[in-house]
Amino acid sequence: MSEAFGLLLYGFGVLLTWKTLALMMVGLVLGIFVGVLPGLGGPNGVAILLPLTFTMDPTSAIVMLSCIYWGALFGGAITSILFNIPGEAWSVATTFDGYPMAQQGKAAEALTAAFTSSFIGSLVAVLLITFLAPGIASFALRFGPPEFFAVYLLTFCSFVGLGREEKHKTLISMSVGLLLAGVGMDTVSGQLRMTFGSAELLRGVNFLVAVIGLFGISEIMLTMEERLALRGHAAAISLRTVLRVWKEMPRYWVTLVRSSVIGCWLGITPGGAIAASFMGYNLAKRFAKDKESFGKGRIEGVFAPETAAHASGTSALLPMLALGIPGSGTAAILLGGLMVWGLNPGPLLFVEHKNFVWGLIASMYLGNVVGLVIVLTTVPFFAAVLRVPFAAIAPMIVVSCAIGAFAIQNAMFDIWLMLVFGVVGYVFKKIGIPLAPFTLALVLGNRAEDAFRLSMIGAGGDLRVFWSNGLVGSITTLAIVLLFWPLISAAVSGLRPAKPDRGLSAP
Amino acid sequence: MANPEKEIVVEDPAAPAEDSPPVAGRRSVDVAVSLLLLALAALLGWDNWRTGIGWDAAGPKPGYFPFYLSTILAGACLWGLAKELRARRQPDEPFVSRSQLRRVMQVFVPTVAFCVLTQWLGLYVASFLLIGGFMRFIGRIAWWKCLVTALAFAAVMFVTFDVAFDVIMPKGPFEAWLGR
Repeated sequence: MSEAFGLLLYGFGVLLTWKTLALMMVGLVLGIFVGVLPGLGGPNGVAILLPLTFTMDPTSAIVMLSCIYWGALFGGAITSILFNIPGEAWSVATTFDGYPMAQQGKAAEALTAAFTSSFIGSLVAVLLITFLAPGIASFALRFGPPEFFAVYLLTFCSFVGLGREEKHKTLISMSVGLLLAGVGMDTVSGQLRMTFGSAELLRGVNFLVAVIGLFGISEIMLTMEERLALRGHAAAISLRTVLRVWKEMPRYWVTLVRSSVIGCWLGITPGGAIAASFMGYNLAKRFAKDKESFGKGRIEGVFAPETAAHASGTSALLPMLALGIPGSGTAAILLGGLMVWGLNPGPLLFVEHKNFVWGLIASMYLGNVVGLVIVLTTVPFFAAVLRVPFAAIAPMIVVSCAIGAFAIQNAMFDIWLMLVFGVVGYVFKKIGIPLAPFTLALVLGNRAEDAFRLSMIGAGGDLRVFWSNGLVGSITTLAIVLLFWPLISAAVSGLRPAKPDRGLSAP
Repeated sequence: MANPEKEIVVEDPAAPAEDSPPVAGRRSVDVAVSLLLLALAALLGWDNWRTGIGWDAAGPKPGYFPFYLSTILAGACLWGLAKELRARRQPDEPFVSRSQLRRVMQVFVPTVAFCVLTQWLGLYVASFLLIGGFMRFIGRIAWWKCLVTALAFAAVMFVTFDVAFDVIMPKGPFEAWLGR
């Protein structure tokens, strides 16, 4: 406990230079922009702006990128409440009560509530990371290749078993991602595979290029399909409103605690912020005395989903830092960034790159405090950003995507690849093939394969190595249970007498 | 409320019509994608089989892991195809309507043109043309606004990437003429 505290102070020491603080501000403002603009969101914002950080040292780079992420999380609430347009999927639940509040002339209260509860959610998750991540990392230092492969397997299986999409579509998305990860030079034998004699494919399919296409270009096409007219409220937040909302807040502590716990839990398991925000909202509604007042502009209906969404968005970084396994799409992109900056993600980060890890954790505290102040004071400005016509924003996003894709490996081929992934992303999203498993598979593919082959070499090709001790055996078994979870839960409920659905699950 | 409520209104005159006929059904696209992915699985499976899917002294050969993945991919595609085939009597939902497709092409075609131009003219000139052209011809925004925005954006990108962060972008004859 006290050791973590000392290291955290050390992290603040790393952070408190003018340059890092300036980058933090830039990151937050860019992030709020990204969150507010239609056709851009957390993952693509981070992916597009990643090339800016290539020439920075890793600590400054991750501080800026994670601040873009916090900013995007804050920004999503602005459009949900003022315009009834969720800038991000995880802000959908915020519109249920946030927009009615704005219609009743209580936009400032709703915004203050959203920002403050986001702040609380992240704070809880950051505290969790501070005190839990070092422990998990030092435990994982004892992991060998079989244990790591089991953990990767667990990640992939839980996507298939617990995801809400059709199972075969999750499986398609994941296997395509893993296959593309294998294109190019095989890291173990040095042999080429799946290149079909193309020199461009020798380098392999770059993860970030794919992400920029899948999330950036395809999102522009999807946005163009929709009606872009919008009508909403302008609002400014006065200090008096802020203080009034804060004074009311302690009354809702149960909701805040409940949503934080849900958020942290769902953030660590690959499920993500979207499910968390709905679940936070639904549970708050379930436990309320007057359920009818939800959806009509109740402040608790803003607190609950925002706390959960931010808690899960932040805690998704825990497995990324401690194990090298991202808990969300954005975390996967940050992980891709780590590799570009020459860091090897995994438990060794805590030992070899103390500066980096504790600088990042300290920036989570500071970034959230500064972010809260920025959004509370600059809401009118960011709401006005929506007046900029989409015809001006769309080509700028396209150019930024192209710059991002080119800068990664200085290759024109990557710009074309980005375009292909843009079309793929558009079609996949429209027929319901989820993109998150693809992202995760592409970034983890090589490491999962290496872990598998190293364990096979170590065990002389005996698959029983994945059950060779208690730890690896229980992880592997858990992975397989999760993979077949839908079948198992169907079998269990078939055995039991029918029980009425209590509607506790996320929609 | 301390200050009076103001409304922000943005119109979208070119919005896709609600009653536009569908170009393709979701199910037909789903089936087409499944078939394409099945072909991809077959191609990659064959290539990996050629590389070697067995085991040697150093454990599994390079083709082992991807070969079995392409099998999984093929299996998932077949599963999806069977599912769509069984549901073929149920009514399909539209994948994209004609006027939606028109709008998507309005952004996709300029993007492709931009990529081609980047190869010839360099990224900055191409982005000036894309932004200016898109704002003018798709957005119908006043000429001077288009020119100023496009010029300002290209200039800011140039200063940020080429000058401040040393990230070098593709360049063309214009930059050569300027001596960069």
